[in-house]
Amino acid sequence: MSTQRPKDLLRVSGLRKHFGNQEILKGIDLTVNPGDRIAILGASGSGKSTLLRCLNFMETPTQGQIQLSGQVIGSERTLRDGSIQTTYSERELIRVRQRVGMVFQQFNLFPHMTALGNVMEGLRTVKGMSQDAAQTKALEQLARVGLLDKASDYPARLSGGQKQRVAIARALAMEPELLLFDEPTSALDPELVVEVLRVIRKLAEEGRTMLLVTHEIGFAYHFANRVLFIADGVIHESGTPDEVLKNPRQTRTQAFLARHNEFKF
Amino acid sequence: MYNWDFAPILANSDVLGMGLLNTLKLTGTALTFGVPLGLCLALLRLSRWRLLSMPAGLLVEFFRTTPPLVQLFWFFFALPILVQVEMTPFVAAAITFSIQSAAFFAEVFRAGIVSIERGQSEAALALGMSDQQAMRRVILPQAVKRMIPAFMERSIELMKTTTLVATVSYADLLFQANELAQKTFRPLEVFTVTALIYFTVIYAASLIVHRVERRLAISGETTVH
Amino acid sequence: MWAYPEALLAGAAGTLRIFVICLVVGLILGLLVGLGRYSKLRLAYIPASIFVEFFRNTPVLVQILWFYFAMPMLMPFEISPLMAASLGISLNSAAFSGEIFRAGIQSLESGQWEGARALGMSQTQAMRRVILPQAIKRMLPALTNRAIEIFKMSTLASAVAYVELLQQGKLIASIHYNPIEAYTCIALLFFIFLYPLVQSTYFLERKLRQSD
Repeated sequence: MSTQRPKDLLRVSGLRKHFGNQEILKGIDLTVNPGDRIAILGASGSGKSTLLRCLNFMETPTQGQIQLSGQVIGSERTLRDGSIQTTYSERELIRVRQRVGMVFQQFNLFPHMTALGNVMEGLRTVKGMSQDAAQTKALEQLARVGLLDKASDYPARLSGGQKQRVAIARALAMEPELLLFDEPTSALDPELVVEVLRVIRKLAEEGRTMLLVTHEIGFAYHFANRVLFIADGVIHESGTPDEVLKNPRQTRTQAFLARHNEFKF
Repeated sequence: MYNWDFAPILANSDVLGMGLLNTLKLTGTALTFGVPLGLCLALLRLSRWRLLSMPAGLLVEFFRTTPPLVQLFWFFFALPILVQVEMTPFVAAAITFSIQSAAFFAEVFRAGIVSIERGQSEAALALGMSDQQAMRRVILPQAVKRMIPAFMERSIELMKTTTLVATVSYADLLFQANELAQKTFRPLEVFTVTALIYFTVIYAASLIVHRVERRLAISGETTVH
Repeated sequence: MWAYPEALLAGAAGTLRIFVICLVVGLILGLLVGLGRYSKLRLAYIPASIFVEFFRNTPVLVQILWFYFAMPMLMPFEISPLMAASLGISLNSAAFSGEIFRAGIQSLESGQWEGARALGMSQTQAMRRVILPQAIKRMLPALTNRAIEIFKMSTLASAVAYVELLQQGKLIASIHYNPIEAYTCIALLFFIFLYPLVQSTYFLERKLRQSD
């Protein structure tokens, strides 16, 4: 265990993920520093969502190591053939998920709770906060995403953009060190995308560490300080937005961007 | 031409009334025990450990596959000898139907829980909830709402199945009817009236179920059958 | 218990006999009832509906006893246990099958009808060549479930002393005072026979859903 303060928030080494016979992630190395805003792009099936889902252990890695603030997640064992096998305990993963928040493409709000109830749920059930403390905090978060007036509405009454903003508030309430966004606007009608992107941009300005899987290339350019292009389960190209999006070096990156040519800088 | 005579029926309406009460008592008892037991069985079946899920699954499948009357006879005649305990007809019947309905309710619960999209449990887990917390706070509350029509239908089925106890001399409505028919030599009137009583009660119950189903459908809930 | 294979065999034969009778009658009658419920003619719809509502909402055992004890008062001839039990079970399953048939036919979009009629088919031809074949595929799981239910209901015939498996079980238990072995054996026989069938209906269901 190193005694100096780790600079990086998240360090991923050699991440591989199999589903049955198929290898989706074929060795990912990634370092995330506090305040990083990383946009992850790629074609469907490239493994970008799987990568994100491994970071809060919604999927457990088949191989590789993930460190959160210098702490290795899981217990490692060196096998006879020299390879390393990591086992994860449910309790540890639960604690990790309190530190790493996720916003889903399909929002996944709890329909049987109001917006306020949704945002409070993690605080009450996971963090064990009292009703009053949780409510105060939840209202704060709803105000931050601009939905204070919708606190007592049920998800069924909310538009897609509002639902996603509540989902963001729900994740924020847990005060995560790292926020993961899995294509947060892909399921939204075009007019509603803007309100969600606006909230995400505000979070970026506040200096939150975020990883964003998205198809909104224009937004990625303005939002990110680093862009990763995933293809075939590996990071095909990475760099600043200018490097990857304006002057991509790899042909596959160029081809991908050419296909999504409706963005404007 | 047959001479219909309903007088003996009316004279003995209290006997039939008692029978109806006993039918309802049995149905109610079976439901009271069957529902919680069914929930336990469903959760056991959904558990990750095969040590828990397999016996539960076997129990459920066994009680759903074997004919209810065979089960009743077993609990009525075989069980008392096996455990060396005397049982009143009511107790034997109550045990049989509790376990039997638990098996069916277990399937309803399981289908309901499984019908909740993965996204819900993912969101719960992503917040840091444990499996139990996710089940308790997010999955079950939603599942129960969907299962209400199936529950009500199963309960009505249960009421129909309780007539089987007439064959093992528990004094439910059908048993009383049979006794009365033999006593008064008026099987036609007795059984016709009995059939109509059952029909009225069960039909009324099923109308309520349809109402509830429609209400739930309007409010946008999908339902499980 | 094993000393009486003939008794059990006789019981099994009885069970199968009543099963086949009720299955066939239940399905044929059910088809008629289903068509009646689907029809626009009030002459067909109303009796079919009354039939369905009555026989779905009355317990089968009540019906069996009615046919065995009550109906002979109206009829000049004897009703055997087999007849009474068959009537009760068949009519009950006809009511349920009828609804299955109706739902199956209704579930096909009107486009199928239109396609058939546009080709110049008559109502009957359309029903026979286009609608029913597709509907039957959809109804198969529910109908196989019904068949399994009928098989289980055969035990109710023991209430009127018809010789089927449970009745034989009762007989053996009363002669040898071994209800535990007798009824356990009967239960296991049913389970061993029905469980594979139930599993294959799940399999069938999945297969059919895939080919949709």
